[in-house]
Amino acid sequence: MNEQQFRQEVADWMATHLVGRFACLKHRGGPGDEEAFPALRKEWEQELAAGGWVGLGWPKEHGGRDLPLALQLAFHEEYVRAGGPGRIGHIGETLMAPTLIALGTPTQQARFLPGIREGREYWAQGYSEPGAGSDLAAITTRCWQDEDGRWRLQGQKVWTSLAHESEWIFVVARSTPGSVGREGLSFLLVPLAQPGIEIHPIRQMTGEAEFNSVFFDGAVTEADCIVGKPGEGWKVAMALLGFERGVSTLGQQMHFIHELQLVIEVARANGAARDPAIRQRIADAWVGLQGLRYNGLRMLEEDTGSTKVRPEALIYKYAWSNWHRELGQLAMDVIGVAGDVRSDDDAVRRLQQVFFFSRADTIYAGTNEIQLNIIAERGLGMPRG
Amino acid sequence: MNLSDEQRALQETAADFLAAHTNARKEADADAELWSRIVELGWAAVQVPEALDGLGLGAVELALLMEEMGRRLARTPFLANVVLAQTALLQAASAEAQQRALAALAYGERTATLILGPGLDAAPASLTVKARRDGEGWVLAGEAAQVLDDGLLTHAYVAARIEEAPGVALFELAVDAAGLSRTPLEVWDLTRPQAHWRFDEVRLTADARVDDPAQVLAGLARTRVLAALQVAAEQVGGAAQCLQLAVDYTKERVQFGKPVASFQAIKHRAAEMMVRMETARSTVLGVASRVSQGAQGNGLDDAALAAEIAAARVQATEAYRYCAQEAIQLHGGVGFTWEYDPQMHFKRAQWASQWFRPTRDWREALAAHLLDAA
Repeated sequence: MNEQQFRQEVADWMATHLVGRFACLKHRGGPGDEEAFPALRKEWEQELAAGGWVGLGWPKEHGGRDLPLALQLAFHEEYVRAGGPGRIGHIGETLMAPTLIALGTPTQQARFLPGIREGREYWAQGYSEPGAGSDLAAITTRCWQDEDGRWRLQGQKVWTSLAHESEWIFVVARSTPGSVGREGLSFLLVPLAQPGIEIHPIRQMTGEAEFNSVFFDGAVTEADCIVGKPGEGWKVAMALLGFERGVSTLGQQMHFIHELQLVIEVARANGAARDPAIRQRIADAWVGLQGLRYNGLRMLEEDTGSTKVRPEALIYKYAWSNWHRELGQLAMDVIGVAGDVRSDDDAVRRLQQVFFFSRADTIYAGTNEIQLNIIAERGLGMPRG
Repeated sequence: MNLSDEQRALQETAADFLAAHTNARKEADADAELWSRIVELGWAAVQVPEALDGLGLGAVELALLMEEMGRRLARTPFLANVVLAQTALLQAASAEAQQRALAALAYGERTATLILGPGLDAAPASLTVKARRDGEGWVLAGEAAQVLDDGLLTHAYVAARIEEAPGVALFELAVDAAGLSRTPLEVWDLTRPQAHWRFDEVRLTADARVDDPAQVLAGLARTRVLAALQVAAEQVGGAAQCLQLAVDYTKERVQFGKPVASFQAIKHRAAEMMVRMETARSTVLGVASRVSQGAQGNGLDDAALAAEIAAARVQATEAYRYCAQEAIQLHGGVGFTWEYDPQMHFKRAQWASQWFRPTRDWREALAAHLLDAA
């Protein structure tokens, strides 16, 4: 399919569907705004599903459209350009589903993929623990099998976004008693609505609560709700993280373009656009964005099948998260004293959220420090300390 | 932005050849041989159109070559002759002048430099050479304080101010023209030689004026911008080499009983170098690819082109300076010595940061593009 035609098709669909009761969702629900209109956003997910816009990259036999990367990226770009709201189903669509397609059993695929694709079932991610952040392998949440084969879980997960809006959570837990590190872990699929699970919101510096602590106290799931074999949890967990660097990450660049445009609008309106130092920084922000864009395009290049390290993929998380954090600071410097006050102005409010929420960007999904270690060790072959 | 098989082959050939034949630490009498071999390899013909007997390739191929030359700090007239003189002819000269000169510049019959304002500023007000009519011909007078001149030149293309419209003209002259004197300068970056040129009533015939008057202003402005993109590629190559040198050295250097490369403080520095260098590389090659497509009529207008190249220019400049500084730091004491290469890159990085206008000017131009438009 011609990319231009495809883009037009997306734009037309958005123009005729992101209207009426959905109009209030425009540009909402992104990072820092996850709590906006959750019920309506789930209906929007179903609208998207009905339009055939969920599972674009999935193979056809699993209900996807098997579109090439370039068209998947085109969809994400046009989606954001049209003001499409933050995707409440993205953990299911872009993390859980590719993992099940690659490593799940046919039964699991038949059980879970339709719910994800149709926007009926939502997923949360249960990796981090209070004692296992950057050192993810230090997981202590335990799991074991009852005599009937059903799995039980005991422990605590933390930083689980959208747990209170989700039906399911995937959990990495320790199935071999006494094991340490990457050994002895298992990857379980667990229903959230049960007496053995409590979800407590974590109030973050923005005052909102997108993240949760999830407590497992004898929580239960069926015997076949394990991906991979017992003890293979680390392998599955890492495969899943590999999918996280897919095209949806590139779609976020359109959010960034929108945010920089908001900074420019505010700067023009309040006169900061005449300040020479601010002008240099706005130019730098744009320059940085081009770097992310071209680096992203380089990531989409055909993989020649070699196992060579892809430097552009290794550096990407560090690059975008630090760029975004800097944009947040620039935005507030442009807004000035008025930034102290929770704004009613949509643009200013969004930028205030960027300022605060982007402090998390350089921490989640691998802190700056972990990213630099990975770059040095995998990208440059420097020895582990 | 996928490189084709031909482009990858060119990149590999260039990398291998320059690794084996670098002259960065040799005396200047090694330069002529390296340059003649580069010409034999066809590199000087890369961007000359096929209709003029060139290879008809584009900005990507040029950037790949510039990256490799930057890595090895090759001391050649490639920048002056190909990236500057040829580009100026392609962008600003009449068809007849292109016909006459480009093949000669592509195959070593001529080697030329380009003279604009100081630091290759293309703004008409910055030009320091003036031309006046003299019967049928012209007379050039003035000085160019710093010209890229490594002694291998046979010709120069000089942008001079003229009284009549459009106010600027481009002249071609041989370096042995009567009235022209060239004084080599003692520069810090020995791999990028410069000379002071004095034009003392240099008389030229009418056909020495080579510009197309309708194109000359925009064409020279575009030349500066396109050359800055190629220098950005060269900066990326230099930055990549600084990173390579630093990583190799810190893996070997043992302190406290361990290679210093195993310490996080060292690793994080090197990783930061890689982030900046690879980001700049992504942008330079991505923009070069757009420039190549633009040449086929798909195009970018001048403002969009300048904005994209500004991004490459700013990233590559910052990356190279950062990587050169950190390469010195990560080498410790020996990084400050003449014998180790980081000092050469440090000097080249400084050179590149000021020519073609410094980054603050590119940023301000971008800010005007982003903030001041209607």
